[in-house]
Amino acid sequence: MLIDPDGVPTGAARMPDDAALTTAYEKLIAGRRFNDQAYALVRQGRLAVYPSSHGQEACQVAAAQVLADGDWLFPTYRDTVAAVTRGVDPVEVLTLLKGDWHNGYDPYEHHVAPLATPLATQLLHAVGVAHAARLRDEPTVVMALCGDGATSEGDFHEALNFAAVFRAPVVFLVQNNGFAISVPLSRQSAAPSLAHKGIGYGIKGERVDGNDVAALLAVLGAAVERARAGQGPQLVEAHTYRIQAHTNADDAGRYRDEAEVASWAKRDPIARLAAYLGPPSAAANEAAERLAERMRDGINADVTANPGDLFEYVYATPTPQLLEQRALLQDEMSRES
Amino acid sequence: MNEKLSMAQALNRALRDALAEDDSVLVFGEDVGPLGGVFRVTDGLAAAFGERRVFDTPLAESGIVGMAVGLAMNGMRPVVEMQFDAFAYPAFEQVVSHVAKMRNRTRGKVALPMVIRVPYAGGIGGVEHHCDSSEAYYAHTPGLQVVAPADPADAYALLRAAIAAPDPVVFLEPKKLYWVKEEVDTTAPRPPIGRAVVRREGTDATLIAYGPSVPVALEAAAVAAQEGRSLQVVDLRSIVPFDDETVCAAVSRTGRAVVVAEAAGFASVASEVVARVTERCFHSLAAPIRRVTGFDIPFPPPKLEHLQLPGVDRILDAVDDLQWEDA
Repeated sequence: MLIDPDGVPTGAARMPDDAALTTAYEKLIAGRRFNDQAYALVRQGRLAVYPSSHGQEACQVAAAQVLADGDWLFPTYRDTVAAVTRGVDPVEVLTLLKGDWHNGYDPYEHHVAPLATPLATQLLHAVGVAHAARLRDEPTVVMALCGDGATSEGDFHEALNFAAVFRAPVVFLVQNNGFAISVPLSRQSAAPSLAHKGIGYGIKGERVDGNDVAALLAVLGAAVERARAGQGPQLVEAHTYRIQAHTNADDAGRYRDEAEVASWAKRDPIARLAAYLGPPSAAANEAAERLAERMRDGINADVTANPGDLFEYVYATPTPQLLEQRALLQDEMSRES
Repeated sequence: MNEKLSMAQALNRALRDALAEDDSVLVFGEDVGPLGGVFRVTDGLAAAFGERRVFDTPLAESGIVGMAVGLAMNGMRPVVEMQFDAFAYPAFEQVVSHVAKMRNRTRGKVALPMVIRVPYAGGIGGVEHHCDSSEAYYAHTPGLQVVAPADPADAYALLRAAIAAPDPVVFLEPKKLYWVKEEVDTTAPRPPIGRAVVRREGTDATLIAYGPSVPVALEAAAVAAQEGRSLQVVDLRSIVPFDDETVCAAVSRTGRAVVVAEAAGFASVASEVVARVTERCFHSLAAPIRRVTGFDIPFPPPKLEHLQLPGVDRILDAVDDLQWEDA
């Protein structure tokens, strides 16, 4: 921890410079606004579902901010704020949840992989992307995100092991928010911490306060530079909390009590930075409002997919069978209209 | 340039030529490095191309396929080996949820040019978990191409085509044919993925087979010829994409057909072939199409596997059942 919940520096490690903290602060304001706006859009029936990262924005902002342009980010479905912080369009990142298509952005444009819905499978893709870069002697580092529940999946272990064996430049960031939907961490792991899991694979594991963006920038930044210098992968466990339910369809009251939520609300990552840096600038607030406006306009717009697309991207060239089926659907639709 | 090669050697040659031609081709899996694979398909490749191009991985199939996805996302052409058919199952989620769907998920932005080689099917006296015919699992998954060569020449040509393909290919290698030798011309024009071929002309009935069942069907046709019945043999070569045109044209010429496959028959590729042909050329058919497949049982232990595998007699019995006017 570099800044405590009351906004007081702890002097535990080197504080990120003012410019980095100011940028993080602006991105946090924008990230919180993104979460609030997405939640509102669900309540208005504009988004099918939204897994909010309210309370976890510091992890998301720091994960994106420590990367260089050529690096890659592998987000999960809860990491929309990380993707937006990296530059992905806020409407395109919500395409999955809007229901127009499974993924709305070009992963190569900002080097952001599609939001992963299955748990931990994307961590292996991250290892592959990193290994390809290493084979070409490129300085790419990959930031791979997952939650505490995903650390129980086999692919989590295979990814850490493969990354370690091949010394792939991957930083695995586990956002430990205490719950996998409803199941508490005590049912996921008997390890002293999730960071301990690095020991079994021979890689460095580190814990960090996930609501302290300064500490996250310091720890993740160092991990990225270690990986870039050829010193292999690293595991970082960030302690944070999912203030809202798993999604709007979830009822968190069935598995946790309000007192616990309230205690974590006091450790809010934005309040902490506000206490340290003062209120956000007018420019930061305006940028967040512009983001929200862009979301409202984009999400209220018409469906962007056309039915022919259903057959277009299954293969590079549709098979004869898919061409027949496309014609069948077109015929059916023309008769209906 | 004709050379007598076993199927394993032909596959090795295809990997070697692809590695030599394209720096982005990588070969990896379990025991494929210095050992050269348990069937020696990758023999000598690590020595020839170095451990950056041809390498052993930790023993974890989901890891192998998942890492291949990332490599393919980032400019490589991975060719991975699943050591045996049933050992590929830990990778099933990666194959079904990512390998097959990445192009569609990203509307064509992310292609995955990768090959998953699977030594498959029975006939070598393998113990449990070494003899599965797993093609239907893959064929049922949109986004995958599924290929099964039946001779060394096709093994070379189809593996080269699979490695060059812009989409992922599940490449099923019939284990029992690894040691079958044949003249192979590696410079011959290569058949595209998705085209079947008529292996033997015949006029009375059509045997439709793929992979390990093709030589059995050809043998059955040879025996039938001695008994005065002319059987045509179609080798599918590709299960996905499926060559309706060649198959239906062949069956339309004879009016009778038997589909031969090792896999359990229920909800199988053989069933799909019957359905497709029946839908498309029903009026050319003189009899219902028969299937000769494995029974719907877990693959038997080695001393009983001969009871499971489609053999010449079972095929000819099915042919005899095709409602011949003179019967």
